[in-house]
Amino acid sequence: MSAAAKPTVRLVRDDLRPPKPPPRRHLISVADLTRDDVERLLGTARNFADSLDRHVKKLPTLKGHLVVNLFYESSTRTSSSFELAAKRLSADTLNIKSVGSSVDKGESLKDTALTLGAYDPNVIVIRHPQIGAPQLVARVTDAHVVNAGDGKHQHPTQALLDLYTLQQEVGSLEGLHVAIVGDVLHSRVARSLLQAFELVGTHTILVGPPALLPRDLPAKATTDIGAIRDADVVYVLRMQNERMQAGANFVPSLREYSARWGITPERLRPGQKVMHPGPMNRGVEIDGRVADSPDSLVTTEVRSGLVVRMAVLYDVLTGGPVGVRALAAAEVA
Amino acid sequence: MSGKVLLDASALSRTLTRIAHEIIEGNPDLDELALVGIQTRGVPLAHRLARLIEERAGDAPALGAVDITFYRDDVTVRGGEAPLAAQPLVRATQLDFPLDGRTVVLVDDVLYTGRTIRAAIEALFDYGRPARVQLAVLVDRGHRELPIRPDYVGKNLPTSRTERIQVQLVEIDEVDRILLVPTSEEGSR
Repeated sequence: MSAAAKPTVRLVRDDLRPPKPPPRRHLISVADLTRDDVERLLGTARNFADSLDRHVKKLPTLKGHLVVNLFYESSTRTSSSFELAAKRLSADTLNIKSVGSSVDKGESLKDTALTLGAYDPNVIVIRHPQIGAPQLVARVTDAHVVNAGDGKHQHPTQALLDLYTLQQEVGSLEGLHVAIVGDVLHSRVARSLLQAFELVGTHTILVGPPALLPRDLPAKATTDIGAIRDADVVYVLRMQNERMQAGANFVPSLREYSARWGITPERLRPGQKVMHPGPMNRGVEIDGRVADSPDSLVTTEVRSGLVVRMAVLYDVLTGGPVGVRALAAAEVA
Repeated sequence: MSGKVLLDASALSRTLTRIAHEIIEGNPDLDELALVGIQTRGVPLAHRLARLIEERAGDAPALGAVDITFYRDDVTVRGGEAPLAAQPLVRATQLDFPLDGRTVVLVDDVLYTGRTIRAAIEALFDYGRPARVQLAVLVDRGHRELPIRPDYVGKNLPTSRTERIQVQLVEIDEVDRILLVPTSEEGSR
């Protein structure tokens, strides 16, 4: 009896509510993902990887959809792989690169987003030096928004492609030890990675110069480069000169940095895998011999980027709970 | 799970045996034959048919599986709105043999609108150029929306659109049977 009465009540309440558009799914931060989301994304990426072995590499999945790549910062890997990912899924792509240093953070991004929004894009992929830019785009357009890097905040697709790379190379991510070495302070990759590793049960330790190790991150940190010995994987971060404020002495010099924290063959155990999100400063944070060694996963990471970004585009458009919480955050921001 | 049992295990097994015979009859050159199951329930059905064909004709046809998720025509509903439910889990496509020149028999459990078969044919052609494509289904329930017809049918079961045919197989559901389920019930496909 009560089971029959329940839907009637709900019907009345739904009638009283103003009609609400269905929530759009975004990928703005790894913090919005659950472990299930991550596993679904990696599984979808594996399926797309299979499709790349075929004679016809293009899939008709997103035919008729428009993906806009809006890049306010320079990028080779991320922008090219998002473009190719969209094309391999038969979507139309529009690539907009802004190279102005005086881009006013609020209004002009909003106006650009509104302009592009007029083309009814299904997905907007955005990279911007300002934290929160993806949320702004999500608020002013009807598109699904994918964050391709916002300031020092997040770079979720990089974290996902690194998880994918590790899963393909070493199998299980649970219980794996990863040392993240270098400029953690300015690194959005490190922030996204730490959250992603926590989701899948990978242990992380941060290694670097004291001024470049933030204290607010939930991982053990040390200035001793010897700590990488215990790690299965050494994840090398780029020295981000463009994010360092003029006059701030985070490290005495790049030479000093590479002497104390540079990853050289002598500092590695045999079999230890080395990753780097690119672009690499050879001779600074990573020795050229390490970058070119068979234990380096750098080119594998680039290959993973394509299939993971295909999976992300597919996932934001086809459902799954990605970014429902991100949307709520965008509404607050 | 309630629902009316339309075919029990032994009837299902007899039906598959008959389909296997018809495939052998229709394809004298079994070397060129490949059975490709459509995920999910078409895959175990293709395996069973391949075994039956091998028992009767001595030659085992090539076996494959195809997942049509990336080929669906309803990835997002019109206007780019998100679909009401999440897309189904993607399963593996496995076609380890060259398709060129082969006779491919697509195998699925229920033939309904024909949209799944359209997607499967498109997926198949991205892997190669089969000489011909045939279709074997356990149940044809009518309501076609595309000009597609099966070459081998287990059972014609005319239904109303508000009903669902549910095929259960030991490999997945721990029981062999075909059910008629009203739509309002949970667990319909």
